[in-house]
Amino acid sequence: MKIGEPKMNTNAHSTLESDIKNHLNVQRWRHDFPILQTRLYGKPLVYLDNAATTQKPYTVIEAENHYYRYDNANVHRGIHTLSQRATEAFEYARVALQHLINAQYAHEIIFVRGTTEAINLVAQSYGRSRFKADDEIIISGMEHHSNIVPWQMLCQQTGAILRVIPVDDAGELDLNTYEALLCDRTKLVAITHVSNTLGTINPVKKMIDAAHSHHVPVLLDGAQAVAHLPVDVQDLDCDFYAFSSHKLYGPTGIGVLYGKSALLDEMPPYQGGGDMISSVSFEATTYNKLPYKFEAGTPNIAGVIGVSAAVNYLNNIGFSALVAHEQALLSYATQLISEIPGLRIIGNASNKTGILSFVLQGLHPHDIGTFLDRQGIAVRTGHHCTMPLMARFGVPATVRASFALYNTVSEIDKLAEAIYQVKEVFK
Amino acid sequence: MNDLRELYQDLIFDHYRQPRNYGPLEHANRKAEGYNPLCGDKISLAMIVKDGVIHDIRFEGVGCAISTASASLMTESLKGKSEGEALAILKDFQALVTGVAVPDEMGKLTVLAGVQAFPQRVKCATLAWRTMQAALKNMTEPVSTE
Repeated sequence: MKIGEPKMNTNAHSTLESDIKNHLNVQRWRHDFPILQTRLYGKPLVYLDNAATTQKPYTVIEAENHYYRYDNANVHRGIHTLSQRATEAFEYARVALQHLINAQYAHEIIFVRGTTEAINLVAQSYGRSRFKADDEIIISGMEHHSNIVPWQMLCQQTGAILRVIPVDDAGELDLNTYEALLCDRTKLVAITHVSNTLGTINPVKKMIDAAHSHHVPVLLDGAQAVAHLPVDVQDLDCDFYAFSSHKLYGPTGIGVLYGKSALLDEMPPYQGGGDMISSVSFEATTYNKLPYKFEAGTPNIAGVIGVSAAVNYLNNIGFSALVAHEQALLSYATQLISEIPGLRIIGNASNKTGILSFVLQGLHPHDIGTFLDRQGIAVRTGHHCTMPLMARFGVPATVRASFALYNTVSEIDKLAEAIYQVKEVFK
Repeated sequence: MNDLRELYQDLIFDHYRQPRNYGPLEHANRKAEGYNPLCGDKISLAMIVKDGVIHDIRFEGVGCAISTASASLMTESLKGKSEGEALAILKDFQALVTGVAVPDEMGKLTVLAGVQAFPQRVKCATLAWRTMQAALKNMTEPVSTE
């Protein structure tokens, strides 16, 4: 059986000193995540499914626990101490998220259930009140279903038309076609910041500039970006930014819609009830101001407190250390994996985050996934909710390994070794 | 690793690499499409049923080793069987792969018993069978595992 030789020194850019520093950092970070002590089938867990959801550090788990144990109360209603504590923690989280993406105002941070709900909110509140027949919405060929279907639903409701930016063989957007698609009929551009399947980091700043020169607002799907690169919504000048907590080391069921306050102010509420109301009579209802106008019902308070802890955790690590580590993992993994005969990497953009999608000749991703699972290695196999992209590359599914701050070079060696083994077993 | 060997027995590899009764079937009077949206596996199944007996059965599509081998073994086991017998085998097969029971007289199909240790893969093993059931009932809607 051929086993991939560990190649600690193949990365020409790395020096021994930075390797050691990286190693020490990662070992420290790994201690923060209790699940990483888990063993599966007698083998240590190698968690490489971070694009689906990341693992949670103690501080996040503890923050939720602490809220339920000591501070549990509803927000914005009670005069009593617990309600006040809960409200303070809830609003503190809004400010933490404001700073994470450098929004101008805290009230531009709307808490929703996740990226999907954030995009649906914009489609139904912004789009439905403004779009009419033959207006055009531009998306891209690498979108996740969550950034396709809400727009298709809106098109059915309004008669608007979807236009799609093609993806080239490397997994990059065709910017010439994009610029040609922008016209007087374009009413919105909605694109992913980072592809969950290919890892491609799209040149969103340039794309936003182009859209704005046609007075077209831009929504960015940041689900796959916020935990892996610094995001500055004012620098990007995007109009909406949507992301989820659970891909950011925070809890599931909570996410954020950022919107420029001028746009959010003009938009009608999305759902009715709870904090979105200022006063109600049976004749008329006055809506609350931002951000509460879009936060109907009792929110996921523990989730908001949890994501706030996750943001603090990331801030303590710092994006420069995190990005450097994930980039080193990606270049190491890309080199090691691409040496495997019969393996084809899907997505070779020049600017990528730590996502590696691949197919193996003569082997179905599901069979590979089952084999890897029995080695304790968690990867994603399937179409990653990007079926149009699978069709574009002519594959039914891929195997996707995606990295986070706690992954190590030796885990990538284990992945490569297991791929050599699965080839041997399926020979 | 033992349950992996149990799952991927040589006979399964054999049917994965050289699926039996693979390809289009002319003059088919029973057809159905099956789809597993989780993994993207697709199957088209066609049969010639005369006087309640499956005279011929063929399939096409893309799938993993388990779903392809299951489809291939299914076509072998159903040729010449009556519709009633086919549905009875389907019931036994489902019991086998979900671990509910170990039916007697499963022949080569017992090779798929290893699936019961892999609940995530039951849908792969049963896709072809559910499609066969739909074809017998002349269902026009594609069968989905979800």
